[in-house]
Amino acid sequence: MRESIIMKIHYGTALASVALVAVHILFRLTQGFAESLQYESVIANYEFLPYAGMLEIILILLSIHGFNGLRVILLELKQGPTFEKSVTYGCIAVMALVILYGSRTIFMTSMGMV
Amino acid sequence: MVDVGLQISKEGSRLSISPTKTIMLRISRNNPKINNDSKFDEFKIPYQKWTTVLDAILEVKKHLDHSVAVRYSCRQATCGSCGMKINGRPALACFTKISDLNSDVITIEPMNNFPIIRDLAVSFERMFSTHKKIKPYIINEESEINPGTKEFLQSPENVEKYIQFSSCIKCGLCNSACPTMATDSSFVGPQALAQAYRYVADTRDKGKDERLKIIDDSHGIFRCHFAGSCSQVCPKGVDPAMGIQLLRGYLLGFRD
Repeated sequence: MRESIIMKIHYGTALASVALVAVHILFRLTQGFAESLQYESVIANYEFLPYAGMLEIILILLSIHGFNGLRVILLELKQGPTFEKSVTYGCIAVMALVILYGSRTIFMTSMGMV
Repeated sequence: MVDVGLQISKEGSRLSISPTKTIMLRISRNNPKINNDSKFDEFKIPYQKWTTVLDAILEVKKHLDHSVAVRYSCRQATCGSCGMKINGRPALACFTKISDLNSDVITIEPMNNFPIIRDLAVSFERMFSTHKKIKPYIINEESEINPGTKEFLQSPENVEKYIQFSSCIKCGLCNSACPTMATDSSFVGPQALAQAYRYVADTRDKGKDERLKIIDDSHGIFRCHFAGSCSQVCPKGVDPAMGIQLLRGYLLGFRD
């Protein structure tokens, strides 16, 4: 993929993450901060499907943005075709794992399996 | 005529000659062919208010140590040969007056991000190859030899878009000041990117897509962190940082 397309995705995910995390923080402010972190409140959030969907989107956006950022940092640290390929595929693999693990948690909790 | 000559002579005799001051010049000495150790040699040099750092180095070569290696040519900030680090800042030695530095000690080192040949002379090979890579010429299949294409007219507004970038003398100071160049050995560099913008913005040029493709890779334009140090050190007033941002506009779809 061309770097300009990757960077468009990078900037887009950053902007979307800021917007959705702002919504997430505003939701926390609707109740007391300490109260919002109680076990029952957290589970209730996950069981409310639109909110769970938003958390899933935040997870995907931040993973894409974060792991591309990590790729960029690592590419600047060292150069070489083997290293660059390892960094690119390594970041994609770890990103997929993080999204899968996070999604599993969100799905299990929202379906009442926890 | 004689009266005028006398008048000039009288005026000349009234001019007071400024007293000569001295400066401590610390020159970095390094010969990678022998070893990678670098040391500083110190020289006490007399200077006037118009003496440049290059004049001082040449004074050292002439009277104190002829083995100091330095590259220079035009002595008027046109050829871009005498770039070096003067008191920690990349600058042209011929364009930096000692009196402007406000310091009793002047430390002169070779430019960063360039392989050292010897002492203050560095190799421009990488910069010239990246410069060539971005095709720094107008790409247009129509040429002056075809009928009706005698001239490629441009409006002053069109010229204004890129004219400052035409002043680049390829001295390498921008590449020397760039923090990305220091860590990423494959980065294209501000010099080549600014030149890419110069030709992309030229309405006579038809090679925009070709050039954008070259700089749109993992060590291309998007590795610029917009530190802006390239623009700070340019002796010709070119603003490579701005050129890079304008060029990004083409790649992100903000400009056509």
